[in-house]
Amino acid sequence: MNDMSQGNYTTADGRKIGNTLMEMKNITLRFGGVVAIKDISFDIHEGEIRAIIGPNGAGKSSMLNVVSGFYHPQEGEVWFRGEKRPPMKPYEVARLGIARTFQNIALFEGMSVLDNIMTGRLNHMKSSMFSQMLWKGKAEREEVENREVVEKVIDFLEIQAIRKTPVGRLPYGLKKRVELARALAAEPKLLLLDEPMAGMNVEEKEDMSRFILDVNDEFGTTIALIEHDMGVVMDLSDRVVVMDYGKKIGDGTPDEVRNNQDVIDAYLGVSHD
Amino acid sequence: MFYREAGDFSTTYPQDSQTFPIKFDRYRYYVVLVIAFGIIPFIINDYWANAVFVPFLIYAIAAIGLNILTGYCGQVSLGTGAFMAVGAYSCYKLMTAFPEVSMLIHIPLAGLITAGVVTIFGLPSLRIKGFYLAVATLAAQFFLVWLFNKVGWFYNYSASGQISAPQRDVFGIIVTGPNTAAWAKYMICLVFVTICAVLARNLTRGTTGRTWMAIRDMDIAAEIIGVNPLKAKLTAFAISGFFVGIAGALFFSVYLGAAEVGESFGIDKSFLVLFMIIIGGLGSIFGSFAGAAFMVLLPVFLKNVFVGWLGWPTDLAAHLQFIISGGLIIIFLIMEPHGLAQLWRVAKEKLRLWPFPH
Repeated sequence: MNDMSQGNYTTADGRKIGNTLMEMKNITLRFGGVVAIKDISFDIHEGEIRAIIGPNGAGKSSMLNVVSGFYHPQEGEVWFRGEKRPPMKPYEVARLGIARTFQNIALFEGMSVLDNIMTGRLNHMKSSMFSQMLWKGKAEREEVENREVVEKVIDFLEIQAIRKTPVGRLPYGLKKRVELARALAAEPKLLLLDEPMAGMNVEEKEDMSRFILDVNDEFGTTIALIEHDMGVVMDLSDRVVVMDYGKKIGDGTPDEVRNNQDVIDAYLGVSHD
Repeated sequence: MFYREAGDFSTTYPQDSQTFPIKFDRYRYYVVLVIAFGIIPFIINDYWANAVFVPFLIYAIAAIGLNILTGYCGQVSLGTGAFMAVGAYSCYKLMTAFPEVSMLIHIPLAGLITAGVVTIFGLPSLRIKGFYLAVATLAAQFFLVWLFNKVGWFYNYSASGQISAPQRDVFGIIVTGPNTAAWAKYMICLVFVTICAVLARNLTRGTTGRTWMAIRDMDIAAEIIGVNPLKAKLTAFAISGFFVGIAGALFFSVYLGAAEVGESFGIDKSFLVLFMIIIGGLGSIFGSFAGAAFMVLLPVFLKNVFVGWLGWPTDLAAHLQFIISGGLIIIFLIMEPHGLAQLWRVAKEKLRLWPFPH
């Protein structure tokens, strides 16, 4: 294995990892007097599965919210695809090719599964409202083209049977999968998953893990995920960032992180005698 | 028995995303169109036109407009009455300023003007939500009514403060003014309803509709996905305003003939249209029609029963009618909060299996 921090490397299972896709430089995020993230830097390479772990309240979700443009850090820079990203609204970030799922499912409950996933294609829809009103020309073509992409995602995640079901009627595990489908439909460069396996049983976790690996493998999507199940994290991810109390306490391969004394202390606690 | 999905396969995506994917629905829709365009105009009389069909059709347009804003985009509006007044007054100004131009141009133009005005009053929606937005649109309601009362220019300084529709024709057929034939009134409303409903349906089944519904269901997630909330909300206000404006223009020029703003376009009109979409079903074009039909037909029906059949005094019947309508609305909201459109959907699902439910 080559030097990872310098970019291109090959993983243990033989996947080629590309250049730096996203780089967070010295990010500090404060809410009033509370410092949620303190001077954290890390990078995400193309094709990589990058995990962010840490105990509750460590600032993981805040970090993801910084990446997706929902929070704006007071200090630090966000670099994406070799360019410094100015402060952006979340929908502008989405246009750059960053999609995400949420810790608490954030689907559109009143819409069908198909419509939810079609909404994920929004940034690929360019037809004018006039053309949509008449349902002629560009709007009609676009609808069909995007439907084809969406159907591929539906096949990929094996949710054909619930295509027309209103999302509100689905069980939890399927909702999680539909949310992943919606994010995937955008064909993102970077996919952010906030606890994709929270509240799932072992089988559902296995399914979800398989989907995450397949997404990475087949579409070459770069993935950054937050997860609490250590078994899953260590199996899935190529590199792991460990956070505690808003600080980065570890960064490296799962093996390196597992043997890091600071990480062990954060998770198991230290005796103060 | 007749209502079947079986054997009705969609083999292309356009087939699957059409408005009536099931063959039976499609034929039913054509039958309705044939009756509405081919039969009713020949048998309609003044009573049916003025009491039933014309108000039903006009309110259906207004309900479609409000449904886009409230049902699809989730922005509550209590200003529908005033927005209809904007359509009415701009139609009046256009009719009197350019008498030679066809009504078929004036009415959509009035819709466009209303769209502009409604968009301006939609600006607060970017900051406030829910009940607070409702209060902001309530301000629009009172402000606009006051404006149309106060500024003489809007009613051409007429002594009564009223606006009255001059006689205008479309292709030689008189459509406004006191000499209008019942079928002409009916036809012009029907044409506009059909066009509006098709446009609204196309918008709501495509990208724009999904954007609106995303904002309605979860605005934060919508924004993360790439929905520009400013654009989504303002387009909903604009499109809604366009339809409501057309409804207002028709209401004044074709149905009323003469109007006084506080009386014809007051707050009660806002609530009436809001009740229509709640009873009909939020987020459904069919629901807009069903709600409009319910709210227009019920009073007519009750009046016929009490006064016509039972011979009760008119004032008693009028009061009973209020009580019964109000009671029915409450019963409806408790029994089926998603409105008539949901009842219709449930009935269709049952019909699919009938008569062999297993």
